[in-house]
Amino acid sequence: MCRYLQAKGSPALMYESFIVFPPNNIEFFQKDALEVKDVRDVAIIGVGCTGFKPITPDVSYKELMFEAATRAYEDAGVNPRKDIDAFITCAEDYWEGHSIFDEFVPDQIGAVLRHLFTVSSDGMIGLATAYMLIKTGEFSTVVVEAHSKASDVTTFTDIVQFAFDPIFNRPLGGHPYYMAGLEMTRYLHETENTREHCAQVVVKNKKIALSNPYAAHGAHITIEDVLQSEPYAHPLNRLDISAVADGGIVIVLASENAAKKLTDKPVWIKGIGWNSDTSWPESREWGRAIYAELAADMAYKMASIRNPRKEVDFAEIDDSFSYKELQHLEALKLCKRGEAGKLTEEGETEIDGSLPVNASGGLLGMGHAIEASGLHRVCETVLQLRSEAGKHQIHDAKTGVAQIWRGVPTATGAVTVLSTEVK
Amino acid sequence: MFGKKRVAVVGAGLTLFRRNLKETGREMCYEAAKMALDSAGLTLKDIGSVAYGSAPDAFDGIHMKGENMTDSSGAWRKPFSRVYVGGGTGVFTADAGWWHVASGLFDTCLVVAEEKMSSCYPHPAYAFTTIFDPIMDRPHGTTLIWIFSLEMHRYMHVHGIKKEQIALVSVKNKRNALDHPCAQLGAKITVEDVLNSEIMCWPVQRLDISPTSDGAAAVVLASEDVAKKITDNPVWIDGVGWCIDSTYWTNRDLYYPDYVECAARMAYKMASIKNPPKEIDVAEPYDPFDYKELHHMEGLLLCKKGEAPKLTEEGVTQRDGDLPINPSGGLLGVGNPIAAAGLMKVCEIFWQLRGEAGKRQVPGDPRTGVAQAWGDLMQYGSVIVMRR
Amino acid sequence: MSAKIKKYAGEEVRSADMKEGKVPTVRYRPKARYVWSAGIAMSRFLTELKNGKIIASTCNECGRIMVPPRAFCEQCFKPTDGWTYVKDTGTVNTYSVSFIAGDASRIKEPIIVAVIDIDGASPGMGILHTIQEIDWKKVKFGMKVKAVWKPEKERTGAITDIKYFKPM
Repeated sequence: MCRYLQAKGSPALMYESFIVFPPNNIEFFQKDALEVKDVRDVAIIGVGCTGFKPITPDVSYKELMFEAATRAYEDAGVNPRKDIDAFITCAEDYWEGHSIFDEFVPDQIGAVLRHLFTVSSDGMIGLATAYMLIKTGEFSTVVVEAHSKASDVTTFTDIVQFAFDPIFNRPLGGHPYYMAGLEMTRYLHETENTREHCAQVVVKNKKIALSNPYAAHGAHITIEDVLQSEPYAHPLNRLDISAVADGGIVIVLASENAAKKLTDKPVWIKGIGWNSDTSWPESREWGRAIYAELAADMAYKMASIRNPRKEVDFAEIDDSFSYKELQHLEALKLCKRGEAGKLTEEGETEIDGSLPVNASGGLLGMGHAIEASGLHRVCETVLQLRSEAGKHQIHDAKTGVAQIWRGVPTATGAVTVLSTEVK
Repeated sequence: MFGKKRVAVVGAGLTLFRRNLKETGREMCYEAAKMALDSAGLTLKDIGSVAYGSAPDAFDGIHMKGENMTDSSGAWRKPFSRVYVGGGTGVFTADAGWWHVASGLFDTCLVVAEEKMSSCYPHPAYAFTTIFDPIMDRPHGTTLIWIFSLEMHRYMHVHGIKKEQIALVSVKNKRNALDHPCAQLGAKITVEDVLNSEIMCWPVQRLDISPTSDGAAAVVLASEDVAKKITDNPVWIDGVGWCIDSTYWTNRDLYYPDYVECAARMAYKMASIKNPPKEIDVAEPYDPFDYKELHHMEGLLLCKKGEAPKLTEEGVTQRDGDLPINPSGGLLGVGNPIAAAGLMKVCEIFWQLRGEAGKRQVPGDPRTGVAQAWGDLMQYGSVIVMRR
Repeated sequence: MSAKIKKYAGEEVRSADMKEGKVPTVRYRPKARYVWSAGIAMSRFLTELKNGKIIASTCNECGRIMVPPRAFCEQCFKPTDGWTYVKDTGTVNTYSVSFIAGDASRIKEPIIVAVIDIDGASPGMGILHTIQEIDWKKVKFGMKVKAVWKPEKERTGAITDIKYFKPM
């Protein structure tokens, strides 16, 4: 474990060394393969979630983060002032309304005069960063934090618009979700999935969210309700779009040695991948979520998964827009291309189906937590694998896949494969 | 030493640093990245991952600006991540590249840092008002220069340092920058010029400050086996360190940067450096203001607290001195496109250790170099130790 | 490499050219509006400012009295334990005199800004504020200052309910 000098001074770091076989879909300069030797795993040893609510006027974002951190450290059995080698926060300035947001982070997660930094991306890419840090052998325990205080942002869709390219896209104006509408139209055109299949995703996820105490937007609605709700960007209607919610999550990761000492219920990160397709919307293949395909390839390779449909027990994926759940299921090779709608229609993705998808309620049910969304996918996966999911528990869950997309207008996403089995 | 996989810098690239560049942020990223790849003799298909760094989105005027720059940083259909720690981002992005390769997940990583401050109207300084706490600091109309001048004044008061001593840093760095091909403000000035320049926020005067700039920088990192095939002269990243202090900057004594010392200790421990002034041959501490170079020299444990002005007066920190500091010309001379400036320092150490810095070369065959960046509300230190 | 490279990328343009439209530009003004919940600790602080008082939070473990107050002690990493009033006087920890505004333009009357360590709080617990009623050349480190408040009906629950600090 790591020992710290009091208050000032840096920690004495432990040295672990190993080599990891690199993923094959990326071409390498050297042609000879690296041998697989002494692969050390990385585990999640603690999660802390405040739960998600539509608004949280009583607490500041600092207090929200403090609650999530306290819960996570309690769960992991660690003292952040002594036991954590690095801290990662996942935030973007314009979601928070402060520039250089990491200035405002260390105090509430125990990272004052410690080794904290910001990854300006979704929480799952922060998780990938924590994974890499531990794999270097220089860090034993790493904390990842992300939160959403979307209720503080009074011009939310204007901020989404602000992410569009200033020269080529922003001058067109319009509500930014037209970009998702474009993708949905193309996707439905290229596959056999239907508009009703998309609506069924919304019905499924919002209904199961009622069983999840962390979820903000659970509801009993019908396919008709979804199809009749106000159009936003054809063919997207209001109920096809996940509403935002406030909440915070902190996750504690540890190397294999540290995990074995700290917890008896580690959840292993078997594989993790992340990818960015082109930033030019004009050049994208609109019918496919290529970022998800490539991220999944990377994660599955690392996890030695050759047949995802058979080897994965459940999935917690990005359904920020209804059609996204279908598109991502296909990109993750959890079903054949064009078949996700049929799978949903037949009830296979329900909690008692053959492949439960978003038993937490997904983003549609839990709420879109901006950069914390990836972490709430991971958090729910961890709870399922630990058999701590309560009313929405899936049975015999051993391997789960968590996936996230960074939202309009990006083509960036990440995939994590988690399991209770270390080898 | 750590890990069976050492990580080396094998190529570096830089654009010009100027007050306004015509190139968009994307174009600057591309130019720097291309130059770095060319210098290493690599193409994009040799790159496994990309680590990108840039400071406030408020300058470029694009929310989630990392996502806008993925392609131009070489990350088309590759794993891409953006790190962001305020001013510390430049050096920290190289640290981020380090863990991409040292983790074993990737054999190569392209590290790109970019900043386009000129897009912000009426003046980039205005965007800095948004870094302050909205309840305690912003209502006063707090600007970035206020917080620096408060720190500078405290530093001067505690150690009894005079402005004349601090002005020597500005004179040295601007003169060093005359030899840097990308420099924005290389000039021959005197201590009198600094002391007579316009008072911005006492004790800070115009020639004490680095400018706002546009620019980009890039380096290519490779694992040990790959690096040895690319070049006979890799520069190893032997230590990385980073540290952040409390957000309550008004509750801290600003005379000494604890956060830089904490980050330096982390990096020195990794690099097995026990006596920094003896073992380090050249250093590039962050110098957005001239007093900051002195402040950071002490934080990097290169001299005792309060001793840095004396070393400067004695010429120890000149290029031909015992401990050359900022041979590139630093931010004061080359320019300050925040993230790119930090990575420019990493590029400089890279070129210095390989003997390729031309007219800026410090003599005596330097083998160990340190680059450091500072960020946030007097909070952040990021350090990298490089060795040949 | 740097000695071998002959040309660096980058085409400089002048600010004046950009303003006058000689360089093609695209203009945009973001709509970025936020209403931040002050939360438990700062809500109390702001309410007390409206009453003309400064309040601090206390931690039993390290014994610190903290201004600005917070719901958690960042050194001990635990919730803070209580509240206590502190004085509205203090000493100047560091100060500076600003001749420029936020957008780097010059201002006529310089603003004296200072970090003022508040009496009654733990040592070094300062807040940022301005100093008036003194010639800027006469300000000293360690000088004692006192808050000058806005009249009660003008206070809104903000740090500016204290107009400035003046020498005692």
